[in-house]
Amino acid sequence: MKHKIIKKKDIAGFINSLIGEYRVFAPVQKGRQAFFREIGSGSEVFLDYQNTTNSPKEAFFPQSERLFAYGLDKKGLKLTVPSEEKKRVVFGIRPCDARSFSMLDPVFDGEKYKDVYYLNKRAATIVIGLGCNKPPATCFCTSVAGNPFSTDGLDLLLVDIGEEYAAEAITDKGERFMEGREGFGEASPDNMVSMGKVKESAEASMSPSVKIDGLSEKLPGLFDHPIWDSLHEKCLGCGICTYLCPTCHCFDIIDEAAESTGERVRIWDSCQFKLFTQETSGANPRPAAKDRLKQRIMHKFSYFRDNYDQTACVGCGRCILHCPVNLDIRRILAGINSI
Amino acid sequence: MQDFSKVPDDIREAAKKLLEEGKVDLVIGFEAGTVPLRSTPCFIRNKDDVKRLTWNAFCENNLARYLRKRPEGKIGIVAKGCDVRALVELIKEKQVPREKMVIIGVPCRGMIDRKRAEREVEGLQIREAVETEDRIILKGDGFEKALNKDEFLHQSCKVCSHPNPAMYDIPIGEPVKEEAPKGSSEVAEFESKPAAERWQYLSDEISRCIRCYACRDACPFCYCEECFVDSSQPQWIGKSINASDTMIFHLVRAFHMAGRCVDCGACQRACPMGIDIRKFLKKLDSDVKELYGYEAGMSLEELAPLTTFKEDDPQGFMIEP
Repeated sequence: MKHKIIKKKDIAGFINSLIGEYRVFAPVQKGRQAFFREIGSGSEVFLDYQNTTNSPKEAFFPQSERLFAYGLDKKGLKLTVPSEEKKRVVFGIRPCDARSFSMLDPVFDGEKYKDVYYLNKRAATIVIGLGCNKPPATCFCTSVAGNPFSTDGLDLLLVDIGEEYAAEAITDKGERFMEGREGFGEASPDNMVSMGKVKESAEASMSPSVKIDGLSEKLPGLFDHPIWDSLHEKCLGCGICTYLCPTCHCFDIIDEAAESTGERVRIWDSCQFKLFTQETSGANPRPAAKDRLKQRIMHKFSYFRDNYDQTACVGCGRCILHCPVNLDIRRILAGINSI
Repeated sequence: MQDFSKVPDDIREAAKKLLEEGKVDLVIGFEAGTVPLRSTPCFIRNKDDVKRLTWNAFCENNLARYLRKRPEGKIGIVAKGCDVRALVELIKEKQVPREKMVIIGVPCRGMIDRKRAEREVEGLQIREAVETEDRIILKGDGFEKALNKDEFLHQSCKVCSHPNPAMYDIPIGEPVKEEAPKGSSEVAEFESKPAAERWQYLSDEISRCIRCYACRDACPFCYCEECFVDSSQPQWIGKSINASDTMIFHLVRAFHMAGRCVDCGACQRACPMGIDIRKFLKKLDSDVKELYGYEAGMSLEELAPLTTFKEDDPQGFMIEP
């Protein structure tokens, strides 16, 4: 595929040239953290980050999304559905997060059900990634079949080679997008060598820290194993791990109505919440925090594999970095492996 | 100079003795975390496991949160100043009987705000954080940076005036010096701003809230059987991300904390989005102190002001709001 380069100082101008034609989503800095947000100007883009606190799944699967609005007047029932999606660019995301899109795709693009809300946004989007030169200690992408420069889910990959980013077209869509764009120049052989070196050194810095092989076969037999009693003990039962996770995708659908008008809204759900799978009667198949932690692990490493032949984890480390009590998923998996 | 190096061993010794003599079934304390600058809650049932216990400037969680509704008989709990204050309130609120706990009280010199410390070496990979008497040394590939502990404490620790356990069964180490924070209080500073500016600040802060409820779940006092945000009949607030609903959650939680909050900072530390949650709580703390002369968690005898009535309770705020 084709390579180009873009100078770091030209990034803001490049982004500005997109705004208007595209909705642009990118990392921004706020306080001490980087967040993934829709931006209104190229100057907001913040690329000197390890990873954003929230994941880019929000670009396709927002936390709260109106599916349609309804109202009743003298003429009868009126439905309003959201209009066609505008073209989008998801810019500067990490390769691990881009991989999460290829895990979410089969969920929302099933044989039986096509989720138009997700799929329309996906189809209208160019995904531009930024390779990880210095993966943090909480990252374990190489343990889950990923790589700091993985191209899975990307149209274009940028690699930081000092003053410039080397841009590699991954898909035809990406190649066409880069063609004639403001700020992009031809890559020299030297640029290519620098890119190779950066990739090598980052890959060498990571050692696989979690054993995934065999988990999906082992987990179903451990449903009633006492290990869950100790694994979950310090868990607070909050929604951080699932809400920040790029692959978690459980949702609920609610009506927010007042008198004769209302909206049907899809919202994120979390298996860590008490209300998750609670039935109208009050009965709950997962009544305790232990059952819900087990659900999270089972879903990612067993059920999802059965359904989609992939592990629903990209090793981004958000759940490790942000867990208030340092309940480290690598430790949980090590515990399970040790049985 | 006080010697703090023996604290972890003293904790292990105390825990071992309690388990060995059958005085407790479980000890809740801290063990080394899986990443630099972190310790993590741990649950010890076997005397041979007490070696896992540790104590350092990274023991930031409030362990009182784990004590309610436990199936075990007696429980040993490693508790710093704010953990003990939370225990005192939980006892008064009849959530955990005093007899159920054996408090291993540890004087606290403040906990490190890891997010701020990490920012000091932005872009570099911290492999190890070493604690000395007054510093934290961050080490990584080809770099080493020393930080003054005092400058990198959590805000709640910086302004803490009760670092020593107010109640304990087994004291560890020597008490640390207690002093009221210098300078104007955080509340006075915030109050001096125009109302519109204050509202803007709080609105901006909660605009990042993702309603993960980690603040609630980390808090020792958020123990309602059914939190009002989880109720569906009646449904008190909307489930979608709406700024008014999110604000209602934070305000109701704050009001529910009046006269109970011990300013351990657990809510703020838990927040993944870096929201200044303490701002919602501190004014209520200071009002309760000013109106009723009450500080939460300081004594078992003193009744919590909002659960009782005294004839000389101030009425002014009701008559002349």
